[in-house]
Amino acid sequence: MAVVFKKTSMLTDVPFHYCPGCGHGIAHRLVAECLEELNLQGKVVGIAPVGCAVFAYNYFNCDVQEAAHGRAPAVATGVKRCNPDKVVFAYQGDGDLASIGTAEIIHAAARGENITVIFINNAIYGMTGGQMAPTTLLGQKATTCQLGRNVALNGNPIRVSEMLATLDGPSYIARVALTDPANVTKAKRAIKKAFENQVAGKGFSMVEVLSPCPTNWGVSPIDAVKYVKEEMTKQFPLGVYKDC
Amino acid sequence: MEEKIIIAGFGGQGVLSIGQFIAYAAIEDGKAVTWLPSYGPEMRGGTSNCSVVVNDDEVASPIVSCPDCLIAMNKPSLYKFVDKVKAGGTIIVNSSLITDKVERTDVNVLYIDATDLALKAGNARTANIVILGAYCKMRNMFNQELVAKVIEKKFANKPKVIPANLKALELGFNA
Amino acid sequence: MKKLMKGNEAIAEAAVRGGCRAFFGYPITPQNEIPEYLSKRLPEVGGCFIQAESEVSAINMVYGAAGSGARAMTSSSSPGISLKQEGISYICGAELPCVIVNMVRGGPGLGGIQPAQSDYFQTVKGGGHGDYHMLVYGPGSVQEALDIMYDAFDKADEYRMPVMILGDGMIGQIMEAVELPEMKDPATFPKKEWATDGTGIGANRRIVNSLYIEPDVLEAVNHRLFDRYATLAEKETRYEAYKVEDAEIVIVAYGTVARICKSAINMLREKGYKVGMIRPITLFPFPTKAIEAVASQECVKEFISVELSMGQMIEDVKLAVNGKKTVSFYGRTGGNVMSPEDVAEFIIAKENK
Repeated sequence: MAVVFKKTSMLTDVPFHYCPGCGHGIAHRLVAECLEELNLQGKVVGIAPVGCAVFAYNYFNCDVQEAAHGRAPAVATGVKRCNPDKVVFAYQGDGDLASIGTAEIIHAAARGENITVIFINNAIYGMTGGQMAPTTLLGQKATTCQLGRNVALNGNPIRVSEMLATLDGPSYIARVALTDPANVTKAKRAIKKAFENQVAGKGFSMVEVLSPCPTNWGVSPIDAVKYVKEEMTKQFPLGVYKDC
Repeated sequence: MEEKIIIAGFGGQGVLSIGQFIAYAAIEDGKAVTWLPSYGPEMRGGTSNCSVVVNDDEVASPIVSCPDCLIAMNKPSLYKFVDKVKAGGTIIVNSSLITDKVERTDVNVLYIDATDLALKAGNARTANIVILGAYCKMRNMFNQELVAKVIEKKFANKPKVIPANLKALELGFNA
Repeated sequence: MKKLMKGNEAIAEAAVRGGCRAFFGYPITPQNEIPEYLSKRLPEVGGCFIQAESEVSAINMVYGAAGSGARAMTSSSSPGISLKQEGISYICGAELPCVIVNMVRGGPGLGGIQPAQSDYFQTVKGGGHGDYHMLVYGPGSVQEALDIMYDAFDKADEYRMPVMILGDGMIGQIMEAVELPEMKDPATFPKKEWATDGTGIGANRRIVNSLYIEPDVLEAVNHRLFDRYATLAEKETRYEAYKVEDAEIVIVAYGTVARICKSAINMLREKGYKVGMIRPITLFPFPTKAIEAVASQECVKEFISVELSMGQMIEDVKLAVNGKKTVSFYGRTGGNVMSPEDVAEFIIAKENK
């Protein structure tokens, strides 16, 4: 029988633990497919975060280090500087990257570290059960802002891509969304470019991936995708913020 | 034999380097030595001092509370340490900046106009080397040839300044 | 010919000669000479130096570098080491070898910048969260610090754990004559099959991790770590005994304080006081058996723990003496350092009470 579809070799056979409708599975697959298409098998070190993707080390078929919460860009820096011929990527969520790990991501970007960062923004803390994230939208409900995020009390959500794009260090920063086949294809293109940049020695690349979290948003997977498309993209417009 | 020295003055007077020259001379002479600086904000513009301990075999404590010799490069340093010097010990007073006389009668005191002698050596910045020479002579620690060798080594990449420093050393030894 | 070197610089040079090729740090007094020296020295040997954005990042860069197989280190002083505790706990959990230097200054809080030994508890009892220890040395001279640093990466690799060099501020600032050993050849270092150097794929995939969600698995990890600590106690415990054979009073002191005590002992001996000393060189493992043995000597009346703290190591001394003899304490803190005369006077006053 002809093979019409094959799982990428850069993912292991361990089944994902992610909830139905979660974007992490898609994002993992896109990352793994890009690594395979760039013939990087046996040349990659991944850095897993703390958060829903904490078990990413079970899924990516490469060497992986599990980092402390928010520290993935620092860990990636240590790995990359000592193994400059390998491809190093950090995979982080919004609590990890945009809250506890702001110093690490800003300075890795400012140094122009030749690494690739995949930033999953689902506007919520998933693993710990739906608390407010630095990217939670105004009015969005979370277990620590049960009446909805209030600007007077909680401040405004952080736009990481726009912020990092002001730095001279990064070579490529883009925001994509896992909402429909067209956008998933765009996301893959962005992720691939972020890895190609590293191979070419261009320095820091980050792809921010807007991703649904139906479980913690308390909506159906279909409504979650709709929320990403209609609400999240207003606060977090899609596009390329830096490319040089 | 153990010799404990405190060298104190303003930052920039070469206080730490006098101590280091003594330490280098001690090594050259096959002795054990420790050099311990005061550190921190006081280094910047304020007073600075260092403790040097020279021993024939091994230095145990690098901390000097009762020195055999005090080298005071400025007035506050003299008054800070004058009472700590061992009875029968030595105080070397930089009389270019200190006009007061030491009131203690149980110590040997040398007043030396280091700046004047440094100018005679041809370089005002060699005042600390004048003091170094005077110290070595007065405490009978190292001979002039040995210290001259140390100076030549330390200034090997600045050969221009060697003659003035050797002259300063000589003037110190003869002060 | 011996070379006159500052403790911090000697440690830095010894690190390079011992195989260090990666340093990640953040400025703090009184250890700045270490990163300053290495920022120039490491690139000369093809190594990597980064001034990180914080101590937190620095220790996590060490985690990444060590996890990928490099001989990596960091150095700091007390407040900075506190910030590194999270990373140290992860490094211990992930069983990564590295070297950490702490040039201790007075605390708590911002404290001061003068010498202290008040990080003893933090260093030997854990410091971060969880059940773990490090191999901890408290060197007493620049040469000893250099020798310990030179072999520290070998020890770290052998036991897959961090080695901490606990200096007391003074040891970093003091200059002494040292002999520098030859540069070790990285080709002779043991291969790290567990390291995530990027070549892993499929069955050969390596994971550097400290997350063990199954209690039974985590418990087994903790037992494995503690079996290793038992081996450490057996093989790596180091101390110096000074004039304890006929001693009535035994001082226990480490680092620069032990040198101060040595001068005090010499003064006291001249006056007829039979004083000796146990100087722990490893603080973890602690020389418990050596102290226990001395405590069993009939001539020994009492122990005195002398420290630059309010009394931290004294707890380990008491555990080792185990009630056989009395244990008292003499210390200075806040950055003040006792002189040999202070120690001698304390003991004379005590004996003549």
